[in-house]
Amino acid sequence: MPDDLNWAIGGEAGDGIDSTGKIFAQALSRAGRHVFTSKDFASRIRGGYTAYKIRSSTDRVESVVDRLDILVALTERTIDENLDELHDDSVIIYDGERTEMEDVEIPGDMTGLSVPLQRLAEEAGGAIMQNIVALGAACEVTNFPIENLDSALEKKFGNKGESIVSNNKEAARKGQEFVADEYDYEFDYDLDTTDNDYVLLNGDEAIGMGAIAAGCRFYAGYPITPATDVMEYLTGRIEQFGGEVVQAEDELSAINMALGAARAGARSMTATSGPGIDLMTETFGLVATSETPLVIADVMRSGPSTGMPTKQEQGDLNMTLYGGHGEIPRFVVAPTNVGECFQKTIEAFNLAEKYQTPVFLLADLSMAVTEQTFEPEVFDMDAVEIDRGKIVDDDEVEAWTDERDRFQPHFSTADGVSPRALPGTENAAHMSTGLEHNALGRRTEDTDVRIEQVDKRNRKVETAKEEEDWSPREFGNPDSDNLVISWGSNEGAMREALDYLDDEEIDVRFLSVPYIFPRPDLSDDIEAADEVIVVECNESGQFADLLEHDALTRVKRVNKYNGVRFKADELADEIEAALQSEEVTA
Amino acid sequence: MSSEVRFTDFKSDKQPTWCPGCGDFGTMNGMMKALANTGNDPDNTFVVAGIGCSGKIGTYMHSYALHGVHGRALPVGTGVKLANPDLEVMVAGGDGDGYSIGAGHFIHAVRRNVDMTYVVMDNRIYGLTKGQASPTSREDFETSTTPEGPKQPPVNPLALALSAGGSFIAQSFSTDAQRHTEIVQKAIEHDGFGFVNVFSPCVTFNDVDTYDYFRDSIVDLDETDHDPTDRDAAKTKILDADKEYQGVLYQNEESVPYSDLHGLDSNMAEIPDGAPEGAMDLVREFY
Repeated sequence: MPDDLNWAIGGEAGDGIDSTGKIFAQALSRAGRHVFTSKDFASRIRGGYTAYKIRSSTDRVESVVDRLDILVALTERTIDENLDELHDDSVIIYDGERTEMEDVEIPGDMTGLSVPLQRLAEEAGGAIMQNIVALGAACEVTNFPIENLDSALEKKFGNKGESIVSNNKEAARKGQEFVADEYDYEFDYDLDTTDNDYVLLNGDEAIGMGAIAAGCRFYAGYPITPATDVMEYLTGRIEQFGGEVVQAEDELSAINMALGAARAGARSMTATSGPGIDLMTETFGLVATSETPLVIADVMRSGPSTGMPTKQEQGDLNMTLYGGHGEIPRFVVAPTNVGECFQKTIEAFNLAEKYQTPVFLLADLSMAVTEQTFEPEVFDMDAVEIDRGKIVDDDEVEAWTDERDRFQPHFSTADGVSPRALPGTENAAHMSTGLEHNALGRRTEDTDVRIEQVDKRNRKVETAKEEEDWSPREFGNPDSDNLVISWGSNEGAMREALDYLDDEEIDVRFLSVPYIFPRPDLSDDIEAADEVIVVECNESGQFADLLEHDALTRVKRVNKYNGVRFKADELADEIEAALQSEEVTA
Repeated sequence: MSSEVRFTDFKSDKQPTWCPGCGDFGTMNGMMKALANTGNDPDNTFVVAGIGCSGKIGTYMHSYALHGVHGRALPVGTGVKLANPDLEVMVAGGDGDGYSIGAGHFIHAVRRNVDMTYVVMDNRIYGLTKGQASPTSREDFETSTTPEGPKQPPVNPLALALSAGGSFIAQSFSTDAQRHTEIVQKAIEHDGFGFVNVFSPCVTFNDVDTYDYFRDSIVDLDETDHDPTDRDAAKTKILDADKEYQGVLYQNEESVPYSDLHGLDSNMAEIPDGAPEGAMDLVREFY
């Protein structure tokens, strides 16, 4: 990988690590370089080791690697924490004038650049700018045009006044000049610039931006790592488009508020992470049975219980797929990178309204908090299409009323999707309920109606399976006997892994699956391959379970769901019929 | 349309399955009359209910309605109202639904002060599950789950509402049709969260808090010199454990509802066919 640089700044939480890292990432992006960031952080506000890492190249970068070329170490521990990734040509920038850094030993043949970060920052106007001094030093080490950093500083501090901006620029220059004057090294890390214009954002921001683009006007949520950035992004922005963010008292309230807004006709969503999804579970069934369009984002983190809130895991697949008592028709869409967080969010809103059912957007920590560069076309607002599904207006109501002129919100149509009358529509007032109901939305325990409504709701999913494109994306050698399948944010690392494998003359066909349910039928692909490997960030292989299940010989089924248990004679008849039947249903 | 609306327009053609004599009949009739009297019609009204006997109300009324899960009616109502300020939103619940499983939402709905009306049918018992203690049951009230009484003081919903910054706090008695209707009407007309706790006796399981008990005990605030704008006076009455009051205990006439504070005045259901105008600025932010 030419021109591939791995840079990090590390210190204690509260040292401004995150914002400093973002400024440098922004500078690189503005210089037309691709950027992929990652974070080491703990679940605490101040103190403790934390780091912001950037991988940058003029080519696309889609993953992290085990290599660190330049490290800005604000604490000695930062060096220890990264020993595995540092190598003989690494450069470590640190402030040797600070008492706690005086005796820092630079390991191996690495180059230690002691730069008086604090002193130079004070000379430029304040010790708080010590990190910016370090960025200036990094510019010198990499021959990176410091004007790009200026531009990022202007963006970051522009609204705080011209003097703040110019002080920061000066702090950066002091770092740059110090390295140029004091050290006479030839570094290996020249960073080229290009004329490309990239956008740089993380997955949570992309979900928020996708929501606004898709016409989402109502968001209710409760702060939880790593989903909070979605709410923070929307706050202050959604209002500009006539919307509102409500910080609810808990997740139970959040999903029910979002449900209420959706029933009023707004495109509405909530986002949370594992523990919050647990709390919301009860309402999944209500969303589905009342046939309310709702987008529920689960930005996964390590579970179970409180688990590791700041660590990656893809452990909630089963939760979003099966969560809730009873059987709930739903969609589970899993973006595979930051750009897809935008696109799949838009798609989620369309699916929710077209099929009037919950849509889970299954994202994960790795892409939620990762800043990544993209060509702006990925976020093409002109390409956004909005499909609100079957909404009836005042004139269309009559076509859906019964013999007593009552509107039938749950009318059992061929495709399973009913007419939807938003509140305010004349002569269509109706009730929605989590109880089993008839076409009018009224409670029923009638066994035939129960079956009709269950079938009707499930038919929406069958319709969607046929009407929408659930294909996986394919990479690598299409003719290879080795098949690798992954979902979620693993795609980037796997795509890059293909190159490494290629170097070893191992060829692989790689399928990246952005849909959990419905999902593509990969049975034939699995059967055709000699080796099948499923890559996912969890212990048990939740997606692998599904694929194994999909690829099994299909079984005949006998089902009953009218609310009454099997009777022996009835069951015997059913079994006999099944044994004689040629049909095997999926 | 609204001038011609009669309260019976809010009646559905479904016969209630409440026990004969249940207080909920009167509570619901008053709600329908109050809605009609305030110029609403079924097409612009949204009724949200939770679970329990009270939760059935959405079935018996004719309007847009959602019958949700236990205890979560207030968040649903909040979402409906914020998304479409043109709708008249009424939330109905019971003492279990509202003050037990939904107690957290109650306090926060009160302080959020969204312009909607919350009517709680308080019968001081769990009826639909056949007679267990509720949060408003008396300390010594013997039930199937509390054979010697709950041995804990009942929740005082009015006090909860007042301490959470409630802007409209009232209480009524379901069988006193005219006063009950009038009080719910005032709650609807209030700019903000209108809360009415309604004594709605359970004739099947509660032989203590009966019609006779309330009839004999209730003090109507209109027959006193109570000033509902005086918060201290309201506090004194609300904390008076010996009396049951009917009327508006407290009303903050300066109340500014959530939507006004947050500048929400448009129907969020109306969205463009593609990304909204100005959406490209969202992308430019990330250059």
